[in-house]
Amino acid sequence: MARIEALTGDEVAAEAMRQINPDVVAAYPITPQTEIVQNFSQFVADGKVDTEMIRVESEHSAMSACVGAASAGARAMTATSANGLALMWEILYIAASYRLPIVMSVVNRALSGPINIHCDHSDSMGARDSGWIQIYSENCQEIYDNLIQAVKIGENKKLLLPVMVCFDGFIISHGTERVELLEDEVVRKFIGEFKPDYPLLDVDHPLTYGPLDLFDYYFEHKRQQIEAIDKAPDIIEQVGRDYGRISGRTYGLLEEFNLEKSDLVIIVTGSTAGTAKATILELKEQGIDVGILKIRVFRPFPYQQIKEALKGKVAVAVMDRSASFGALGGPIFTEVRSALYEEDKKPLVVNYIYGLGGRETTVEHIKKVAHDLLNIKKTGKVENLVNYLGVRE
Amino acid sequence: MPSLKELSKKEELISRGHRLCPGCGAGIIVRQVLLATDVPVVAGCATGCLEVATTIYPYTAWKIPWIHSAFENVAATISGVETAYRALKKKGKIDKDIRFIAFGGDGGTYDIGIQSLSGAIERGHRMLYICYDNEAYMNTGIQRSSASPMGCHTTTTPPGKAIPQGKSENRKDLTQIIAAHHIPYVAQACPAFHMDLIRKVQKALSVDGPSFINILSPCPRGWRYPANKTIEIAKLAVLTGFWPLYEVENGKYRITYKPRKRRPLREFLEAQGRFKHLLREENKQFLERLEREVEEREREIFAKAGEQI
Amino acid sequence: MKEKGWKDIPIGGLILEAGNAERYLTGSWRTFRPVVNEEKCTDCLLCWIYCPDGSVIVEDGKRKGFHYDHCKGCGICADVCPFGAIEMVEESKYREGAGKVSSEKGGR
Repeated sequence: MARIEALTGDEVAAEAMRQINPDVVAAYPITPQTEIVQNFSQFVADGKVDTEMIRVESEHSAMSACVGAASAGARAMTATSANGLALMWEILYIAASYRLPIVMSVVNRALSGPINIHCDHSDSMGARDSGWIQIYSENCQEIYDNLIQAVKIGENKKLLLPVMVCFDGFIISHGTERVELLEDEVVRKFIGEFKPDYPLLDVDHPLTYGPLDLFDYYFEHKRQQIEAIDKAPDIIEQVGRDYGRISGRTYGLLEEFNLEKSDLVIIVTGSTAGTAKATILELKEQGIDVGILKIRVFRPFPYQQIKEALKGKVAVAVMDRSASFGALGGPIFTEVRSALYEEDKKPLVVNYIYGLGGRETTVEHIKKVAHDLLNIKKTGKVENLVNYLGVRE
Repeated sequence: MPSLKELSKKEELISRGHRLCPGCGAGIIVRQVLLATDVPVVAGCATGCLEVATTIYPYTAWKIPWIHSAFENVAATISGVETAYRALKKKGKIDKDIRFIAFGGDGGTYDIGIQSLSGAIERGHRMLYICYDNEAYMNTGIQRSSASPMGCHTTTTPPGKAIPQGKSENRKDLTQIIAAHHIPYVAQACPAFHMDLIRKVQKALSVDGPSFINILSPCPRGWRYPANKTIEIAKLAVLTGFWPLYEVENGKYRITYKPRKRRPLREFLEAQGRFKHLLREENKQFLERLEREVEEREREIFAKAGEQI
Repeated sequence: MKEKGWKDIPIGGLILEAGNAERYLTGSWRTFRPVVNEEKCTDCLLCWIYCPDGSVIVEDGKRKGFHYDHCKGCGICADVCPFGAIEMVEESKYREGAGKVSSEKGGR
């Protein structure tokens, strides 16, 4: 029987970790992720998990210790935010290239500088090319569901890749919501036991992890990594369906909301999808129909599925909660636009950079985007390709 | 303590065919360290000469499980491996007794890796950290590190008209910094004193907690001397008081080798090209400064052990 | 070693064969080779413990020669020998005439 509780995002992430019961957790506090580490530490102190916890002296060491633990053959997890993720940067690539299925909560927070503790996606978006799978969560329920699925996705033998489960700092991490939780045994049976093929601790078969890999083989190893993450969409969908069978909540790469009703689409990820859905329902009452396409999985980028979902659409607004300085719009925008390149009949695509540094994104903002889309449809052209939502001029 | 004859019957855990320079001190050190082990060991390396020269893909010289991840994090990486070992042992998934050794050069240990090392030993992981200290960034081409002694020539502290002495600053006393963590075992060793080194490694691996051994690793390329002189120079470092051999066992200092008569520091310096400029008459003040510094540090260590130099 | 394609190598940059560096012959670096005067050698094994390349062959506690496939010719063994039993001889002398190798026992 499922339990129903009222938990914050950080609390539910810690709860999912308790149920996953990883062998090793190495973590360092950083706002707004800290409560995950704190709550999990309490589980360790109370003997509610078998986990050996390493309270490291930095995020760099947190990820390094996870690399050590995962290569040793342990199931390893961690959590971080913003500058903590930035400090891990170097080791993120190493974790992915050693093919270590580490699972990490990334509580999205703006990167310094100047320093800011509130939400945007500059941290995880910056790590988009590190070789990690990235799953974004809209609410507390999704954090829970995504963390459990992440273990099974990453450890799939065809992938063996690390997974980031991202969710919006403070908005979700510190907001209390109703969450349905599975029984411990159900979770443990679902994720199964981690049986690595190449554990470093197998002293009878000594392995070398992390050699000097020069021009004669490095490229081949990168090609393998590309192949692995390209296989991830199928695996993620399979795990999403399997998870549906134990929870009643099925997941895919994208989520469609009111999409078939309209030729206008807002593409959004994270908690703002919730705001957008509420706005769309409100607009519906006024006789305006706009569809939502929520990106759940950003890495690998589901370009095929996005192309399918946008078939026959007239205008698409892509919302980016991060800036890509000097680029033509935010990272989601450039990828969505690129995915549509081969299409004979392409929708017009417009970009909105929004919510940087925790700037509030309201129903009014989404309404503006919807009205812009109506206008684009009417005029047949995009006035400004990249727009800034909620910034003072 | 096994004799050389007995040691020679043990399997070498690092193979031939590694690509360290001829006469490299690190090659000697790693062999001696691994010969001292009696239970299975897992090793980690910081980025550096030892790492790049022993694992050029698709070849590895390591006959034991080995991991490298980055430059500054070998202590954290091995702390993760050691923690996984405890977690899996607790669950009955591993039954063997395994020890963990991290190797780092002075760059990866004194400088960029000091945070990771300090964190790992403060947390109490049962691991031995070996610093092979060749007193500069040799892998990138002999740049100064905080282990480079005052007055030495490195490619980033070249002696010139304005700065005739080369490196201006005294080296950091890392062994003392590690000792200040009050871990069970800390020592300084030298490959020319192989029995002392092997005994220290055995002691370090026997303690239930973190241990650290700082090992002077002469570098023919960086120190500018012929490759056959590595052991001779290593020995001079000890005999001149430049590199005192001592251990700190549960806080108790002990000098493990006391030279009968302290040889003049000049003998150690003269054997190397990196101090050539220091021996010129016009740089006498800098030579004297280095001599004072070396003697003061040595006196300090001896005093802690209740001895006099 | 023939270079393999990406489908044929282990994932993650792993090397599965421990100690396979032994197949990489560093002996070609050598310009001087150590040669032992058997009469002077006492099997003290200092040459063995100070060799950076594990290239001094010892069997049953007795020094038996050198792994010339790997010895880089650094000359530490000759330098540390308390009995002057090891001489570093120019490699070219050996490369020219194979006959001279016969004076050593063991070797490759």
